[in-house]
Parts: sequence; structure tokens; C-alpha cells
Amino acid sequence: MEIYLALKIIWWLLLGVLLMGISIMVGMDMGVGTLLRHVGRTDSERRVAINVIAPHWDGNQVWFVLGGGAIFAAWPLVYATAFSGLYVVMLLLLWSMIVRPLAFEYRSKRESPTWRNNWDWCLFLSGFLPMLVFGAAVGNMLQGVPFHFDWRLTSYYTGSFIALFNPFAILCGAMAVSMSVYMGGAILTNATDGPVQERARRAAMLAGILAMVLFTIGGLWLTRLEGYMLVSGPDPALAQTPLHQSVERAAGHWLTNYNNHPVLWAAPALGYIGALLGVLSLNARRPLFAWWFGALAWIGIIATVGAAMFPFMMPSSTNPSHSLTIWNAGSSERTLSWMLGFTLIFMPLILWYTSWAFWVMRGKVDKAHVDSSEHAL
Amino acid sequence: MVNDLVVDLSRLQFAATALYHFMFVPLTLGLTVLLATMETVYVVTGRTIYREMTQFWSKLLLINFALGVATGLTMEFQFGTNWSYYSSFVGDTFGTPLAIEGLMAFFMESTFIGLMVFGWERLSKAQHLFVTYLVALGSNLSALWILVANSFMQHPQGASFNPVTMRMELDSFFLLFFNSDAQSKFVHTSLAGFVTAAVFMCSISAFYMLRGRHLDFARRSFRIAALFGMLGTAGTLTLGDSLGYFAARVQPTKLVAMEALWKTEAPPIAFNVIAFPSQSEQRNLWAIQIPGMLSLLVTHSLDQEVAAADQLVEQAKGRIRNGVPAVQAMMALSADPTDANALAQFNAHRADVGYGLLVQRYAPDGDLTRITDADVDRAALDTLPEVWIIFWAFRAMVGFGVLMLGYFVLASMLTLSNKVHRLRWFQWASLLMLPAPYIACEAGWIVAEMGRQPWTVYEVLPTWLSASTHSVTYMAFSVAGFVLLYTIFAIIEVYLMVHFIRKGPDDGAPPGASPHASAVPAY
Ligand code: HDD
Ligand code: HEM
Ligand code: HEM
Repeated sequence: MEIYLALKIIWWLLLGVLLMGISIMVGMDMGVGTLLRHVGRTDSERRVAINVIAPHWDGNQVWFVLGGGAIFAAWPLVYATAFSGLYVVMLLLLWSMIVRPLAFEYRSKRESPTWRNNWDWCLFLSGFLPMLVFGAAVGNMLQGVPFHFDWRLTSYYTGSFIALFNPFAILCGAMAVSMSVYMGGAILTNATDGPVQERARRAAMLAGILAMVLFTIGGLWLTRLEGYMLVSGPDPALAQTPLHQSVERAAGHWLTNYNNHPVLWAAPALGYIGALLGVLSLNARRPLFAWWFGALAWIGIIATVGAAMFPFMMPSSTNPSHSLTIWNAGSSERTLSWMLGFTLIFMPLILWYTSWAFWVMRGKVDKAHVDSSEHAL
Repeated sequence: MVNDLVVDLSRLQFAATALYHFMFVPLTLGLTVLLATMETVYVVTGRTIYREMTQFWSKLLLINFALGVATGLTMEFQFGTNWSYYSSFVGDTFGTPLAIEGLMAFFMESTFIGLMVFGWERLSKAQHLFVTYLVALGSNLSALWILVANSFMQHPQGASFNPVTMRMELDSFFLLFFNSDAQSKFVHTSLAGFVTAAVFMCSISAFYMLRGRHLDFARRSFRIAALFGMLGTAGTLTLGDSLGYFAARVQPTKLVAMEALWKTEAPPIAFNVIAFPSQSEQRNLWAIQIPGMLSLLVTHSLDQEVAAADQLVEQAKGRIRNGVPAVQAMMALSADPTDANALAQFNAHRADVGYGLLVQRYAPDGDLTRITDADVDRAALDTLPEVWIIFWAFRAMVGFGVLMLGYFVLASMLTLSNKVHRLRWFQWASLLMLPAPYIACEAGWIVAEMGRQPWTVYEVLPTWLSASTHSVTYMAFSVAGFVLLYTIFAIIEVYLMVHFIRKGPDDGAPPGASPHASAVPAY
């Protein structure tokens, strides 16, 4: 296979890995935020929940930052078109996300119940909203986004922002929220005890079941949704712009890849099996297993979407022939190679020291620990 | 076509959010290094006062860090949300250092800062020290990569335009990374961060001295910070000189604005200490000059010529005329990437394609055959940035820099002869120094970024073309949202900082309190 073609595909897979990293690691922290007010009824219970992820949320959040940077470098047209097209939604995502660092860092710095209560609401919103938007964005990608380019490749978004919150997108958003609540619940069950643990466990089981239901509805919906198919265009191995291809749009196209390669059904299967085994593990009080099964479920879910859309990244609903695909939205061969080199060196290192950080901070967080450091931070 | 108000609002939003991000970044850059220094003293000598110092200052670091992270998130996505044409045009080159910054620096800094704060009891002394070093290293590496990206905008080397994909593509990673602008910029900016942290620490220590509290703590912190700041300012000023020297060679229009040079003169050229530049009349209404000084400063000699505004505008006219056929070829290539004639035409004029795009702003319906001589003249004048802002911002930076150098020389002498805690006037002076590094830093960025106008990528991509095609309503909404949110953030941050500075370190803890109380922090 030609090197450039291989690089494009590798970077498409790496984009998947990034999205998985974001969903699993950031999603978990956001789930804890969403659950905070439910699992923690008293201030010290809430602090227990917060301190489960306190040493890690910042490191985890870098998955999101890296997601931005890597899409910029590897898929500049996607970065440019998606983030400007979904402008108001992106702002919602950003504004809710940037409150999170402050909420973590500042919440317990004062005794006042009003102060803490307000920050707890911030933590809830900055957990719930970004996941909703994240899922809804994927839902919109699946339906196509109203944009087109001029000769220079300046992109124009022609839809309204309300249109981005259509029923299918909201369904996807709700599923992302339930998966994140599931993961947050699992980590809380693992690292706490007493009533906090019990509430977290129940919430996680419910969320896991809900995620499976929503995944089923979404899947059935997808079969009826209008999908996209690349009819003709420049050779995938060549450098190109999205101005010289032709794309067809019709119901059922998102199933083409599945019909041609039945092995792809393994992806949705993994989603189900992961979520199911996860809920069963929670029921059997094995939260660590539940967390890992949840991660598998996320991998399955993201792979399901990727397999349906391949080779599309961001289809255009108003001018399908301007759709962004793996073949026309990527960076040059040299950039993709350099980036791959850096990724191969640093990604293993990151996974290694992240694991070390979790290992150093392992064990249960309890009330005694939190109370003894009342005046510390 | 593009709406000018949208572009201006996008610029305003970027400027506001970036300047805001840089209110927090310098302190992180410098304070992490100071913490590593203090903790090293603790580990080597075993004296617990140094652990208390490390822990107290890291508390303040964290309050600051949270906002650095929050505002940095905005920056990371703002290229895409608000500068989408810019992003797709240079993402191939410019995105790379940004992604590497995430991989190499942010992950390290953010993972280990968690351990630095929460790991005091779980890590051995040496392990904890190592973690603190990694945090300092991570934050300075992030500065390195972001400045590599920024330098590409100032001096685009290592990439060239590919007419097939209609964008700048990477030619040489080494040229991108070893951009000499990036190298001086990195050292200058990191050192500016050290200076900021040093002033911060001196001024808060002086506050405790004024109040007569935590005296031992304050004296030791003051000494470390003063020596650190002395080296930092000396370094900042040296590298600042090399940045100016560099600007003279590769960004002559920025130099013109920094020094308010309108008419090209025979060397040696006089230096405008103070001037009132008028953009519309293209001259200084009034100025105080030092003869010959400018030649020395920017060319490091007395006989080299420095082009002033008049000459640069003339050159720009030629380049605009030469750039027009390049853009016309670009349009043909967009329709048919295999058009050999268009490719040949493009290659003949490619050096000036940016100037062609610059004048396209005035072309009716973007049709370059319809531009007039008046349009060319207008576009040529546009190549000069807004002189008076840059002129005065530059003087503010240098002025405060020299002031801080003087301050640190004095501070080092006084602290080494053990006098600071007795001189109230000096303690007051230290307190009053607090805004100086912040003003210098913000002014420096205004010079760097506004001096780059009217380009986002110098001589390659004009700003008017770079912005996303949003409606005015969207932009007004987002600018208002950021202003509101960031104002609330600022109030909370200042409130907490003041609260914790007043509370002070835990050295006077009542007997019986756990000696480790502050060693097991929790949110
Ligand atoms: C404590 C802060 C501080 C101090 C005292 C100085 N600077 Fe500075 N300067 C910065 C903080 C800074 C900065 C915020 O770090 C900038 C903004 C962009 C950059 O690279 O660094 C900067 C930029 C900057 C630039 C523009 C770079 C460009 O074109 O992109 C020049 C020419 C100088 N500096 C020169 C000086 C000189 C000659 C100084 C003193 C004699 C000086 N700086 C003191
Ligand atoms: C944190 C320090 C920085 C500050 C304070 C800062 C400040 C500014 C200011 C004042 C402007 C507005 C200029 C104008 O429109 O007249 C601006 C624009 C811009 N800057 Fe920076 N900047 C910073 C760092 C960076 C870096 C590191 C990059 C790139 C990696 C960058 C990229 C841009 C871009 C793309 C624009 C918008 C386009 C333009 O107006 O030219 N900035 N910045
Ligand atoms: C305009 C371009 C910039 C972008 C896109 C950007 C992006 C970011 C992001 C995403 C973060 C948060 C990282 C995290 O989650 O841990 C951050 C923090 C940080 N940035 Fe920036 N940044 C910019 C300008 C700068 C400049 C010019 C510097 C230094 C010279 C700098 C230095 C830092 C540092 C040291 C941090 C650590 C957090 C802190 O300082 O409080 N950044 N930046």
C-alpha cells in the first residue's frame, strides 16, 4: 500500500484512539461531576467523591486538549470546518468546560455552604453539558452538517444553531451522558465506601442499562438515517481537496460498510457486551472490572460510528460533494509522518506515567482522610 | 465577501482571551521553577522551613494554575472556531507544534501537578522532588512549543504553499523548530515568567515584613526570589535585544512601528525616545531623539541602512502587483489542479501570493482584474501596523524591564546584607512592583502580535481573510460571553489570592496541630 494512504488510515485510527481517550478518561471525571450532588448528600460525602478524581482530572483533561491539537495537525480541514460550523455549540462546550478547573480548585477553599453549593452546581453542569454536546456533535456528523466551501476552501456554515439540537443528536448526547455517568459511578464505587459507594453503584447500573437502551434505539434509527456514499473522486492515495469528488446521499448508506464486511458487526457487539458485563460486575460488586468493561463498551461504541462512516469524517448535508473524508481532509505526508513519530514515542510514555500516577494514589478515599485535611487546600 | 466587523470582533476576542491567558501563564512558568529550587534546598538540607515555603507557594500556584488551564482551553479551540480559514490554510504546519505541546508538555505538567499536590505523603522525598521538577519542565516545554508555533506566524519558514491542496505544507520540521525567532522568543518569554514569579514572591514577602508576620519565611523567600529575579531580568533584557535585532531583519514593518520610523534616513539613525506618531500623516508630530542610537540598537553597527515606512510602502506596491497573477493562478488551480499553465504562472509569482491576497480585499466581488492603482496604494499602506500602540507598548515593556533590573540589583544587595526586613520604604517599593512584570508581559505581546498586522502569517496570509465566516450576532454573543465569564473569574481569583495571602503560611500553627496537616491536601 502507498505510504501516504497508509498514513491517512493510521491517523484516522489514531483519531479514534483519541476520542476513546477523551470519552473514557474525561468522560469518567464528568460522570463524577454529574453524579456529585446525587452520591454526596453532605459536604464531606461530596468531598470524598471529588477527591477520588482530584489528583487526576487535570491530567485526564489533557486528552481533550490533545484531541484539539491532534485534529488541528492531522485533520486541519476538519478542525477548521467543524469547530467554526458548530460555533455556538462549541462555545457551550468551552464555557461549561472552563468552569471545571476552577470548580475543582476553588470549591473547598472556603467553608461557606453557599460558596460550595454553587461550585457543586458548576461541577454538575460542567460534567453534564460537555458530554451532552460531545454526543450531539457526533450525532450531527452522522446526519451531515450544512456547510460548503468557496474556491479558496473558506468554509461557510449555513444552518441555524438550533438545528444542531435535533432529536437524533439529542439521543446521541443522552447516550454519551449515560456512559459517562456509568464510568463515573464505577470509579466512585471502586474508590469509596459506605453510602457514597452504594449510591454510586446503583446510579452506575441504571446508567449502564440506559446506555444500552439508547444504543439500541440509535442503532435502529441509524439504519433509516440518510447516509453518504463516495461515488467518485481522486485516488485516495493522492493529495487532494474536497472540491473534486462526487457524493451520493440516501437512506441506508451508513450500513454499506457493515454489509460489505460483516466482521464489522463486532464493534456494536463489543459495545453491548462491554456494557452488559459492566452492569453485571457492578451487581456482583466488582467495580474495577466494571470500569474496564465500561472502557470496552466505549471502544465498541466509537468503533461502531467509525465503521459506519468510513471514509467520511464530516459529510455536508447541503452540498454532499464538499464532504470531508479521510482522503481529502488530512495533512501532508510529511506532517503525518512527523506526528506519528512523536505519537509513537510519547503515547506509551503518557500511558505509563498516567498508570503510575493512579497507582501512587490508589486505595479508598474516606471521610477521615478528607476531614483531616480540612484546612489544607 | 468577508465582513470587516466580524474580522475586528474576532481579533478583539482573540486579543482579549490571549492577553487574559497570559495574565496567568508567566507566574506558572516561573513559580514552578522557584518551587523546584526551594524543594531542592529542603531535600538537600532537610530544613522543614523550606518544605513549608514550597507548600505555601504551591498553594498560590494552584489558584493561578486553574485559571491558566481554563483560559488555555479557550485558546486551543479558538483557532478553529474563529480563525477557520487560517486553520485550514496553515494547520498542516502550525498544528504540529500545538499537538506536540499536548503530547510532550501538557500531559506531563498536568499529570504530575496532581502528584505534586496530593503526593506529599505517598512519595519519598526524592520522588516528590522529581515530580516537582517534571512540573516545572512541563510548563516550560509548553512555552517552547507554543512559541515555535507563534514564530511560524512571525517568520514563516519550513513550509511552502502547495497549489494542489491550496494550503501551506510542511517542508522541513527542522526549519520550523529551529526558527531563530522561536529560540530567542522562548528564552525571552520563559525568563519573563521567572521575572514575574520573582517579583510576585518578593512583593508578597515584603507584605509579610510590613505586617511583621512570618518573618523567617518571608526573609528566606525574598532572598531566593531576589537573586532569581536579578538573573531573570538580565537575561530577559539581553534576549529582548536579540528579538529587536531579529525583527529588524525579518519583520521590517514591525520595527518601523516599534521605533516610529517614517522617513528613510542615511545612517547613523537617531532613536526616538519619545514620539507622537500620526498614522494618517505618516510622520511624528513631536519627538525627542538620541542621534545615532537606533543604528547601534537594531543593526549593532553605525553604517547599515534601516528601511523606514516610506521605503517599505513603495516595496509593498511592487509586491502587490506581482502577487496578483499568483492569486489568479491559484483560482485556476482550484478549479483544475492539473492546469499546467496556471501552475507555471503561480510558480513565477509565488513569492508574493500573500500580497495578492492582501489587495483582494479591495477587489469588487474578489475579481482581481478590477482593482485600481488606488486599491494598490491602499493595500500598500495597510502593510504598516498601527504605529502608536506598538511604539508605546514597546516603551512600556522596556521601561518596566529597566525599572525591574534596577529594583532587583538593589534587592539583591539589600537581601545579601540582611537589611530588607528593616527598610520599610523598600518593603513598600517591593509591594508596588507587583504590577510591573504583568504590564511588561502584556505590552510585549501587544508588540509581537499587533506588530504582525495586517498578517496572521507574515507576508503570507492576511488577517482579513483568516477569520471564520460568522455573523455579527454570533460574534457579539461570544465576545460578550467571554467578557462576562472572564470578569467573574478575575474577581474570584483575586478574592482567593488575597484571602490566602492574608492567611499566610502555616508556620505559626497552634501546638498540637498535626505537623502534617498541610501535607495531605484535599479539595
Ligand atoms: C517581564 C517581562 C518582559 C520584559 C522586562 C521585557 N520583555 Fe520583551 N517581551 C515579553 C516580556 C518582557 C514577552 C511577554 O514575553 C514577549 C511577548 C512575545 C514574546 O515573545 O515575548 C516580549 C516580546 C518582545 C519583542 C517582540 C517579539 C516579536 O517581534 O515577536 C521584543 C522586540 C522585545 N520583547 C524586546 C524587549 C526588550 C528590548 C526589552 C528590554 C530591554 C524587553 N523586551 C523586556
Ligand atoms: C499568550 C500570549 C499571547 C498574547 C497576549 C497574544 C495577543 C494577541 C493580540 C493582542 C492579538 C490581536 C492582534 C490584532 O488583531 O491586532 C492576537 C492575535 C492573534 N494571535 Fe496572539 N497572543 C499570544 C500568543 C499567541 C500565540 C502563542 C499564537 C499562536 C500560536 C497566537 C496566535 C494569534 C492569532 C492566530 C491571532 C489572530 C489573528 C490576528 O489578529 O493576527 N497568539 N494575539
Ligand atoms: C495562543 C496560543 C495558546 C494556546 C492555544 C494555549 C493553549 C493552552 C492550553 C490548552 C492550556 C491548558 C493545558 C492543560 O489543560 O493543562 C494552556 C496552559 C498553559 N499555557 Fe497556554 N496557550 C497559548 C499561549 C501560551 C503561551 C504564549 C505560553 C507561554 C509562553 C503558554 C504557556 C502555557 C502554560 C505554562 C500553561 C500551563 C497552565 C498555566 O500556565 O497556568 N500558553 N495553554
